[in-house]
Parts: sequence; C-alpha cells; structure tokens
Amino acid sequence: METLFANWHHLSFGDGGWGWNLLRGLSSTLQIALGAYFLGLVIGLLGAVGKRDGSRLTRYLLEIYTTLIRAIPELVLILLLYYAGTGLVNQLMESMGYRPIDISGLVAGIVVLGIVQGAYSIEVIRGAMRVVPRGQLEAAEAFGMGRWMILRRITLPAMLPHALPGLSNLWLIVTKETALLSVVGFSELALTTRQAAGASRAYFMFFLVAACLYLCVSLLSNELFRRLEKRARRGQPELN
Amino acid sequence: MQWAWVAEYFPNFIDGIVITLKMLGLSIAIGMALAIPIGLVQVTGPRWLAMLARAFCTIIRGTPLLIQLWLLYYGLGSLFPLVPEIRNSFLWPLLRDAFPYAVLAFSLSVAGYEGEIMRGAFKGVPKGELEAARAFGMSRFTLLRRIWLPRALQNVLPTLAGEFVLTLKATPLAATITVFDVYGVGTLVRQETYRVYEPLLVVAGIYLCLTALIVLFFRWLEQRIPRPA
Repeated sequence: METLFANWHHLSFGDGGWGWNLLRGLSSTLQIALGAYFLGLVIGLLGAVGKRDGSRLTRYLLEIYTTLIRAIPELVLILLLYYAGTGLVNQLMESMGYRPIDISGLVAGIVVLGIVQGAYSIEVIRGAMRVVPRGQLEAAEAFGMGRWMILRRITLPAMLPHALPGLSNLWLIVTKETALLSVVGFSELALTTRQAAGASRAYFMFFLVAACLYLCVSLLSNELFRRLEKRARRGQPELN
Repeated sequence: MQWAWVAEYFPNFIDGIVITLKMLGLSIAIGMALAIPIGLVQVTGPRWLAMLARAFCTIIRGTPLLIQLWLLYYGLGSLFPLVPEIRNSFLWPLLRDAFPYAVLAFSLSVAGYEGEIMRGAFKGVPKGELEAARAFGMSRFTLLRRIWLPRALQNVLPTLAGEFVLTLKATPLAATITVFDVYGVGTLVRQETYRVYEPLLVVAGIYLCLTALIVLFFRWLEQRIPRPA
C-alpha cells in the first residue's frame, strides 16, 4: 500500500511532475473526440438521407461502408485508414508536383475516427428518421416546402428525441476510442499516461488516474445529454 | 502489393485465430456468468449491493477498455512481484503471462455491458408470471431457476450476437500487451516483412470472416430456440 501512494509527487504540476502533460493529453483527447464526433454526424446525416432517398448504387455503396466498418475491429481500421490515408494524400501531392507534407496527428485522428463514427451515426440517424410520421412530411410538402427545408424544419427536430440516446452512446464511444490513437503514436491521454507510467515506474497509479479522468468525462457527458434529451422532449410524455 | 509472405506466415495466422477464439469464448463465458448476478442484484438485491453493481457498470462503461487492460497488466502486474508470497505461489507462472490479464479485462468488460442489459431483461419479465409461480408455492430460488432466469435469458438472446461481435472487435487490444492473437500476428508480419497494407488487409479479412461466422451461427441458433409468444 505504501508503495502505491508514495508516488503522488509524480502528479504534481511543478518540476518533474506529469500534471500538465496529463492535462494536455486530456485536451487532445477531447479535441479529437469533438472533431470526430461532428465529422461523424455530418457523414451520418448525409448517409442516412442517402440510404433513404438515394439511387440504388448510392444505397449499395453506403451498405458496404456501414457493414465493413462495423465488422472490422477499430484498431485495424485505424491503422488501415491512417496509413492508407496519409499515403494517398502524399501520393496525390507528389503527382501534382508538390513535396509530401507531414499530416498533423490531430487532423489524421479526427478524420480516421470520424469515418468510423460515420458508419454508426448513419444507422442511429436512419432509425430515428423512420419514426417521423409520414403525414407530417406530406403536410410539409403540401405547404410547398422544398426537400432541404423539410429536413431542416420537420425531420430533424422531430427525430431528435429518438436519436439522442443513440447519439449520446456514440459520443461516449468516441471519447473512449481516442485511446486507440495511442497505437499510431498520437499523444492523447492514453499515450501520455503510458509514457508517464514508464518514466516514473508508477504504472498502477498513472493508469488509475487516467481511468478517473476518462470516467469524469463520461459522467459529465451523461449529465449533459440527459439535459439535452429533456429539452428535446419538452411537451412530450416522460419516458420511464 | 506482394503476397509471397502469406504461405510462410500461414501457420502463425492459424495459431492467432485459435488464440483470438479462445480469448473470445472464455471472456464471454466468464463475463456472462458475472453479468447474471450483477443484473439480478440491481433488481432485487439489497440497496448497497445494487449500488455496488451499478457503480461497477458505470466504471466499466465509462473508461476505455485499453486503459482497463493496461491498468491490469502493467499496473497490477507491476505490483504482484513486490509481494513475495505471490512470487513463490503456484499462481506466479500464470500471472507472468499476458493472456490471463487479457481474458480478465475482456470478461469484466462483458460483465459491465451485459450486466446493464441483464438488469433490463430481469425487469422485463412479466410480473404476472412471477406472481403465478409464487402462488404455486415456488421458493425464491426455484422461481429464479425455473422462471425468472430462463425468461430473462430468452430476452437477451438477440443482444448476445452483438456482444460477441463487439468482444471479437475488442480482442486486438490484447496485442498491445504482447498476446499473439490474429492482430498480434499481423503486427509481427508487418515488422518482419516491412509491408504495411497487405498484412493489415489479411487481418481485416480474417476478422470479417469471424464476424460473419458469429452472425450466421446466431441466426441458426435463434431459429432453434422457441420465442416467447
């Protein structure tokens, strides 16, 4: 027990302490998670509309995308997308006569996780869209609203209460998935923790602290989404 | 693209598949065995036990599996050698190996996620059926064994296929603590052949096949198990 708690000084924010490094790691984690989440939402919205109204080819391609992403482990996907993505961009740059660029870990992380999130978002949003009554859409059409306006004014607000539980899950998943980026060497919270643990030999304490930080993020997000859902459901009967 | 290495590493991949499936099977079995009491005490147990189970689910679901895995392997694993009694015990060879830590981490994860689902499943069993059983004079334990548990398990069966796929997709994390599963073998090939994409594509293909097998198996299983009317 004494060995467990004799090394609190490693967490300090002063000289030789890892406090600031951990907070910087946490901030990278949150930046990536937010970026990937919103990229995923955009893909999800476009994909859900595409799966509903798209041509046969569009629907077929989207089906392949969602199936592949959901069947292959995230770790493998991240490596594949990371290497293939940076490789492709640099080949493109070279073929256009530019020098290869160094793609920032932040952008690569956001794009890679965003593509993974997108597949799940499509399914969540598609499911929620199905709940919107047909009559409401027909009424909007009868009033002369265009497709874009119907989406913005009717479909999105009406489906939101049904989509929020799924979207809240996706947010919790993406905050945890950022940890996988440590495998490609992006220094978010997990990798920073591992470096701190290795340097100080205080493995147990550092991983415990990291777990607590992730847990705080999850608990805060839960509360936030609970309020959002309450607001989106205002005027509707309570769920139990 | 070069594929000449595939023949050479074929046996390694077979070994990797065996290890991956072993991890998957053990984790689901242990995880489900833990999930049943975790779900049950939240519905019927004493308050403190229910709170404990609830906290366990929150912690497991609120932290990344990778961190849990590293906490167990690097964290706990670095504490055990400090205790001479453990070092000299029969458990030591087991505790030095990475595989048991991986199974433990995945089992706890399954227990956390499936425990939450079992809670809903126990709650979802119609009250009338339980009252009828009580009216027939069944004791609490008989009631659980004959009515409550089978009905709850029937309800979670469709989610179980998803849990298998999710756990399969989590197993590659074990490679970060030196377990040579399918993903670990892929990493080995990448280091030894300096090829980047081909081994990753083979690994992705193997996981695709395993996922498809799980999905097909459960489709077959669901046809054989009578559904509640």
